[in-house]
Amino acid sequence: MSTSTNTSPARAQRPAAAPAGRVRRLSRRDKWVLSFMVGLPTLIQLILVWIPTLLSAALSLTRWNGLSLDDIKPTGVDNYEFIAQNYPPFWPAVQHNVLWLVFLALIATPLGLLLAILLDQNVRGTKIYQSIFFTPVMLSLALIGVIWQLFYNRDSGLLNFLLGTAGTPQAVDWFGDSHVNIWAALIAATWRHAGYVMILYLAGLKGVDPTLREAAQIDGANATQTFFRVIFPAMRPVNVIIIVITVIESLRAFDIVYVINRGTNGLELISALVIQNLVGEGQVIGVGSALAVILLVISLVPITFYLSRAFGKDKEA
Amino acid sequence: MSIIKPAPAAATGNNVAGGQLTGTGGKSRGPAKKHFGIHIFLTVMAAMWLIPLVWTIFTALRPKADTDKYGYFSLGGTFNFDNFVQAWTQGGFAQYALNSALITIPSVVLVLFFASMMAFAVSRVNWKFNVTLLIMFTAGNLLPPQVLAAPLFEMFKLLELPYSVSDSGSLLNTYISVIAVDTAFQIGFVTFVLSNYMKALSSELTEAALVDGAGIWRQYWEIILPLCRPALAAMGTLEVIFIYNDFFWPLLFIQSGDRLPLTTAVNNLQGQFLSNYNLIAAGAMITAIPTLIIYLLLQRHFVAGLTLGSSKG
Repeated sequence: MSTSTNTSPARAQRPAAAPAGRVRRLSRRDKWVLSFMVGLPTLIQLILVWIPTLLSAALSLTRWNGLSLDDIKPTGVDNYEFIAQNYPPFWPAVQHNVLWLVFLALIATPLGLLLAILLDQNVRGTKIYQSIFFTPVMLSLALIGVIWQLFYNRDSGLLNFLLGTAGTPQAVDWFGDSHVNIWAALIAATWRHAGYVMILYLAGLKGVDPTLREAAQIDGANATQTFFRVIFPAMRPVNVIIIVITVIESLRAFDIVYVINRGTNGLELISALVIQNLVGEGQVIGVGSALAVILLVISLVPITFYLSRAFGKDKEA
Repeated sequence: MSIIKPAPAAATGNNVAGGQLTGTGGKSRGPAKKHFGIHIFLTVMAAMWLIPLVWTIFTALRPKADTDKYGYFSLGGTFNFDNFVQAWTQGGFAQYALNSALITIPSVVLVLFFASMMAFAVSRVNWKFNVTLLIMFTAGNLLPPQVLAAPLFEMFKLLELPYSVSDSGSLLNTYISVIAVDTAFQIGFVTFVLSNYMKALSSELTEAALVDGAGIWRQYWEIILPLCRPALAAMGTLEVIFIYNDFFWPLLFIQSGDRLPLTTAVNNLQGQFLSNYNLIAAGAMITAIPTLIIYLLLQRHFVAGLTLGSSKG
């Protein structure tokens, strides 16, 4: 941001007081046009995103079978009590979401960073490597579930052949066995996440001022010190985004487990439980909404963190 | 790609955005020998990365009769595209592909249109709530979709439509429901990215137009939008992939199997083809083809889009 000359006037216009004259120059017609330009997208956003979010919170305090609006009965916090005490899949789902986060944060994200660092060294064929690691990012997580199913399958999957267990009683149904399927799903999710992190860090590394690296080397820092003391801190904006993406991806994880077994039998996630309570027989909208609100409250942590970085005062740093 | 990049990703840099897949850079660090270990590591990783895809393609290319005879883990038998043809015709993939297009194209056009208007209004004009609204838009995009699933489903169910418009008598089971929610959900992200981009354009551009008496609409449509072409191309490519890859909203709103887009129809592959893994593999590859084509043709825009607005969750 420091180099392009045309950012400075843009920056100057941000303080509200400065361009007051500008607003006065808007004609009546301009104001109508502007209200349309702002009003229409805002209306869409309110009706289809924020009002439903508030309605979720309201429905979570009721009992409803989803049929007639007259059937909605207020129940206070009963749904939350039910979830915490009498709903067996809930705590496993929380554990799985936490595991998902820890796995992405400790394995997938560092792996993506490592790939980015290595590929930033100008190795031969770097473009080919990058394309390979990046390909899964183009695929939907639902499709990734199907592709890995073919790999993990008990009878025809490649993994059991490679382990020599295919056709024997030791063959593992990696997505079906509730002891291992969460790990199998996490590896499949890593396949995509690491490529995503890699591409963001590659851009971040290219953006680091090369004189920083030179200065550190002149000061006698070795490669590791240079990276962790100089380069990594200099990529702060990218780091913030990676943290947010990692947390939010682990809360949003849904498609892959839904494709495997609808989020049951070892693959429970909060997001999948929300949907299990909303569709199918015996709809319990109240319970589903309460789960949605729990998911919402947890999500607000990374969202607030991100917004404070993106819109806070230190934005220009 | 000369994006004058203002987005938070890589905000420290001089010449970021785009082009990272070109792999040039002119930084030469150490002799080639030092890279030997790196090469081995990268080659092993790349091979592991390719295994699931290669295995899927391999399985898809072999007739079921051959894999039954020789086993899946073998090289025997013939290789052909019969599974692709069979999956395409038996699996109703032509219809799914059409559905994907009918949902993705309008959604992306609407997202770019609404988001660019909103971005213009919050970045080029000063008024009281512009930052507040921008925060609201950005936050909306980061919510897990399941949070709003129940109310949206019920709202769409309760909204009565004449049967001439929708055979369900409501918004459920229509393309419009998916288009509307996909659009609403993506507007926030694109608005955020485009507003950062527009902020970095010189204010003199529109000042001059103001002096000439150009109204707001002309400033937006004739001055700012054409300058945003690189960002719009990047966002357009990214959104095509995001919306094409969306699994959840069609799953929630669409009940008739023949109205599902490809990505959501993937969910039914196993039921459709039972344990014919050759056909399942072919179906999976058919679903991947559109994204892989875009990847090959528009990789530059896609990567620029990701790095421009890596706020995406």
